Amino acid sequence: MKLAVCIYEGPYNHEASDSAYHFIQAAVQKGHEIKGIFFYHDGVYNVTKLMEPPQDDRHIANRWAELGATGIDIVVCIAAAKRRGIVDEVLVPNVRISGLGQLTMMAIEADRLVVFGD
Amino acid sequence: MAEDVKKIMFTVRKPPHGSIYVYEGLEVKLIMAAYDADISVVFIDDGVFAVKKGQDTKALGIKGFAATYGVLVDYEITKVYVDRQSMESRGMSEEDLLVIGEDEDTEEPITPQVVDSDEIAAMMAEQHNILAF
Repeated sequence: MKLAVCIYEGPYNHEASDSAYHFIQAAVQKGHEIKGIFFYHDGVYNVTKLMEPPQDDRHIANRWAELGATGIDIVVCIAAAKRRGIVDEVLVPNVRISGLGQLTMMAIEADRLVVFGD
Repeated sequence: MAEDVKKIMFTVRKPPHGSIYVYEGLEVKLIMAAYDADISVVFIDDGVFAVKKGQDTKALGIKGFAATYGVLVDYEITKVYVDRQSMESRGMSEEDLLVIGEDEDTEEPITPQVVDSDEIAAMMAEQHNILAF
């Protein structure tokens, strides 16, 4: 199945980012195709390299960057990012800033769009 | 409309103020309207407050966005529904709904269509994808 994932919540404060990550890993292992991952609302905070969590905790931004390195398209909404001070310079690698049109294409092309957040 | 055009529904279930979900959700609708998709919007639960007319956010010190719903029909988003049970249980009636555009021919104001929950369930079952805000 072709899946797309949209994440609404920021890192650490909410389980959405963790749940989405584990969901994607499980889906890939099962052989599903991930058409894309889209960060919206406070979700844009998940991929800033400025975060520096305690060393014995998961590094959420690096984890997304590693997933992006496998070829999955990870998109940060430009409108939501601008509002929150997230710009190209602070992004981890393998993640790009683009528009809501990307979310639209994911919603059209994916068999299921799975939203994580409140 | 071509048969392969995908049906995408937006549900709005949160109140319009207190968090940014509904406001940024409206921005998604306006962008998505430019694409080849069959868009519908349903206001359910506290989401019905988003389409209540006469909202005034001045005292909150935030930019109100209710007026933006007035362009939905101009953006060709005409399938706009309000869940009757949600609306009535919150003391609202059809007269409380804001205008989302006007009829091209008669220039009559258009407001969201009030429908029952089972009708919404039937529409949901037909969707390709659903986005919740």
